[in-house]
Amino acid sequence: MSGLELVDVRKSYGSTPVLDGVSLSVGPREFIAFLGPSGSGKSTLLRLIAGLEVPDSGAISLDGRRIEHLPPGERGVAMVFQHYALYPHMTVRENLAFGLHNAGTARDEIAARIDQAAAVLEIDALLERKPGQLSGGQRQRVAIGRAIVKQPRLFLLDEPLSNLDAALRNRTRVELAQLRRRVEAGVIMVTHDQAEAMTLADRIVVINERRIQQVGAPLEVYARPANAFVAGFVGSPAIALLPATVTGSGVHAQVRLAGGAEVQTRVPCAVLPPEREVRLGLRPENVRVVAPGSGTCDAETILVERLGDRTLIYAQLAGGEELTAIDEGTSALRIGDRVGLAIDGGSAHIFGGDGTGYHAEHPA
Amino acid sequence: MTAAHTARQWHGYAFVGPFLLVYAAILVAPLLLGIWISLHRADLFGRREWIGLGNYAEALADPVLHQSIVNTLVLTLLIVPPLTLIALLLALALNRATRLAAVLRGVFFSSLVLSVTIVTLIWRFILTPDAGLIAEALEAAGRAPIPFLSDPDLVIPAIAVTTLWWSLGFPIMLFLAGLQQVPGDIYEAAALDRASRWTTFRRITLPSIRRTLLLVVMLQTAAQLQIFGQAQLLTGGGPGGASRTMVLYIFEVSFGRWELGYATAIAELLFGMILVVTLLQYWLVTRREEER
Repeated sequence: MSGLELVDVRKSYGSTPVLDGVSLSVGPREFIAFLGPSGSGKSTLLRLIAGLEVPDSGAISLDGRRIEHLPPGERGVAMVFQHYALYPHMTVRENLAFGLHNAGTARDEIAARIDQAAAVLEIDALLERKPGQLSGGQRQRVAIGRAIVKQPRLFLLDEPLSNLDAALRNRTRVELAQLRRRVEAGVIMVTHDQAEAMTLADRIVVINERRIQQVGAPLEVYARPANAFVAGFVGSPAIALLPATVTGSGVHAQVRLAGGAEVQTRVPCAVLPPEREVRLGLRPENVRVVAPGSGTCDAETILVERLGDRTLIYAQLAGGEELTAIDEGTSALRIGDRVGLAIDGGSAHIFGGDGTGYHAEHPA
Repeated sequence: MTAAHTARQWHGYAFVGPFLLVYAAILVAPLLLGIWISLHRADLFGRREWIGLGNYAEALADPVLHQSIVNTLVLTLLIVPPLTLIALLLALALNRATRLAAVLRGVFFSSLVLSVTIVTLIWRFILTPDAGLIAEALEAAGRAPIPFLSDPDLVIPAIAVTTLWWSLGFPIMLFLAGLQQVPGDIYEAAALDRASRWTTFRRITLPSIRRTLLLVVMLQTAAQLQIFGQAQLLTGGGPGGASRTMVLYIFEVSFGRWELGYATAIAELLFGMILVVTLLQYWLVTRREEER
């Protein structure tokens, strides 16, 4: 089995568990994003793979070799730290050479690898400078360069974009996407930014509350969230989760919102749990603004966000529940206006009492 | 605008003024006054007789002074390098968040709060050949006691060991402060870069605390060149001047022989020595830094 394999990995600090039985397979050249809020355990998982932490139990293998008890330097992984962790007293060249030198790589080989990495990352002019003389973006490139020259089998990136300003972040995102095509290795990136994860990763691993919540391709995680947490964490603006009661008994579930409005979904009744009290998940693109009285229900506008091509209307239903709807870019709605909402039940999700997600048979 | 500008400038001086006044009154003025007195034959009762560089000429030919300079330099060389090394090793060992390390940090620091009187008293109990700790131990082993404080060859090392024991706490604290400034993630990066413990120390830790190292060496050198209390209280400079240090000699000349002018001249020589040694150390370290 090549690639990275985690089997039932557990970790706790003292009596505080941080990871409860994590299992995961990563393909040899896959780009994986660990996505989750602060304190979810995603960084700990990355550090366990790097060898900076030792798991309490469980197995970690890379390309068929057990690595969980190897020191970090012998695992065949390279890490880019969130704050870069460059050696401040060494020049860029010495920073890149340090690991290779320690591994006993030949002098010419070290020079060749540094030249190659420097050319790719456009840091050739900076090689004799020290980290203190570099901008944030340049330090980031040096940190990536230090990982590349080691020619690892797996790159580990800890929040690689979080320290960059918005313009630089977009550029670096493009560069990371190009990087993974050039290297013969897998990449695991930790991030709390779902846009980063969606645009870069082949698969997203959503982590929360010490466990993996869902593993899937970006669009799959968006379209078929495994549970209410994933649904709420992925997608911006966030999905609305409205309390609802299952009423119909046909092939597909029909639900009634607290205000009395009925929504016909395409979620098969057969898969739903026996309980009637559920939550209806509605993404903004499933709710359109129409004239009052002509939609599924009426609501009051509480916030208008004009994005140019479309307008996001944050609306409040009679029962106090809030949801987001989309209107045309030229919308003249103002806060306080009454609107009608046309809910497209065909793409709606249903979440059971335990949070499990149930989805439309054929996503619209 | 100029008026406001000038007023603002004066505000600045008003802030540094009080410090400058005190600094001038208790440091600059005595220094200049000292140089002035060193050019006179002077005593503590106000006699002043201009003799130019006469006191300095006397110093050049004074064998007692020469021996005290040698004693002082030997003591400094016996104390500063081992003190720096031991303090660094202890700081490295204690730079962790365990309870034992916290207790030991307190233990090593505690000797520093003792006054020199107490320290010399403790070490007299240890070193004295009649019923001292070492003498008792040697006796138990069937060996003759060693007269540390009355053997001219042993008295300087004995004072050096006493001073080492007394002075360890402060350099340890400085090194610990320096070590805690080093960001933890560069150690993690070094671990991923396959750095051995020795490589990590040599290539990561040591360069990261070189400023602290310089500070410790400079402070300790300046302090040990002024060593006084231990020699005065343990041996009084004896036997036969074998442990007389420069400051002890200055003390004897000014308050024993009342020759204030000559004592001040020696003090100026010591000041010059400390200045030269300290600047030399600073230059050696920063010059290498610029080369890198």
